[in-house]
Amino acid sequence: MLLLHIGKPFNLRKEILGKKMRGKGSSSSKISTLIVDDDPLTRRIHKVLLTKVGLETQAVENGKEAVDLYRSGASFDLILMDLEMPIMDGPKATKELRAMGVQSMIVGVTARDLEVEKQMFMASGLDDCYVKPLTTDTVTALVEKLNKDN
Amino acid sequence: MERNPLQRQVAYMRRSLFDQGYLDEQFVQLEDLQDDANPNFVEEIVTLFYTDSARLIHNIEQALESRPLDFIRLDDYMHQFKGSSSSIGAKKVKNECTQFREHCSARSAEGCVRTFQQVKQEHTILRRKLETYFQLARQAGLAN
Repeated sequence: MLLLHIGKPFNLRKEILGKKMRGKGSSSSKISTLIVDDDPLTRRIHKVLLTKVGLETQAVENGKEAVDLYRSGASFDLILMDLEMPIMDGPKATKELRAMGVQSMIVGVTARDLEVEKQMFMASGLDDCYVKPLTTDTVTALVEKLNKDN
Repeated sequence: MERNPLQRQVAYMRRSLFDQGYLDEQFVQLEDLQDDANPNFVEEIVTLFYTDSARLIHNIEQALESRPLDFIRLDDYMHQFKGSSSSIGAKKVKNECTQFREHCSARSAEGCVRTFQQVKQEHTILRRKLETYFQLARQAGLAN
């Protein structure tokens, strides 16, 4: 599913996120995000994008590292999962995380824009799937959804 | 906003890159992410792209020398290249990547070889234009 760009001014977006996040409780609690992508360019862009909208970020290079993190006791509110990665790809990592009982929001990000490929990725247990790189509007909408779900 | 001649030149050059189809909206997204915490973010990402794409170009060149051509491998490399190009808003490069992948689907060796030259050409042209742009922007003292 692709979100339409709504094009809110950036300062207004930060205000919306700020108000919602204060409503969650502690003013220091930030939404934590795990970026799972083998492409250093995507990792860098998403890291800066997520940090700019006020999220905490950590990044790993493949699905196995993401699974290992969860096995070691780590947990994140949001996982951005790339489709194609060496060692363990996005669908396999997503299936494994769901099989472990992980209920974090897992959003697929892929350069593949064929609907059938996105549907296959969704079937592995994603909450949603977007073409990468993500935009500020998309991330803002994801955070609003996270806040609403919580 | 009052601009000096150099700043006007930078703004004009930037506008031209979009008007001539070299860059698309994704480049604006990168500019929006640039701030005091990441003051050279756009140039950093473009530099990262050119470092990474050199590796992909090398892989594709090697793959194009093998016989018979492995169109699946070629398509996979070009998929990565296209993805990276999209990440910086490199519109013409991305379009040439799409053409190459169509030739992979059609299993056309001649088409792949020909379009790969165009991919490299657009890749080089954009690099030169962006290098000039960033240099001018630095001189003008603008953030991007």
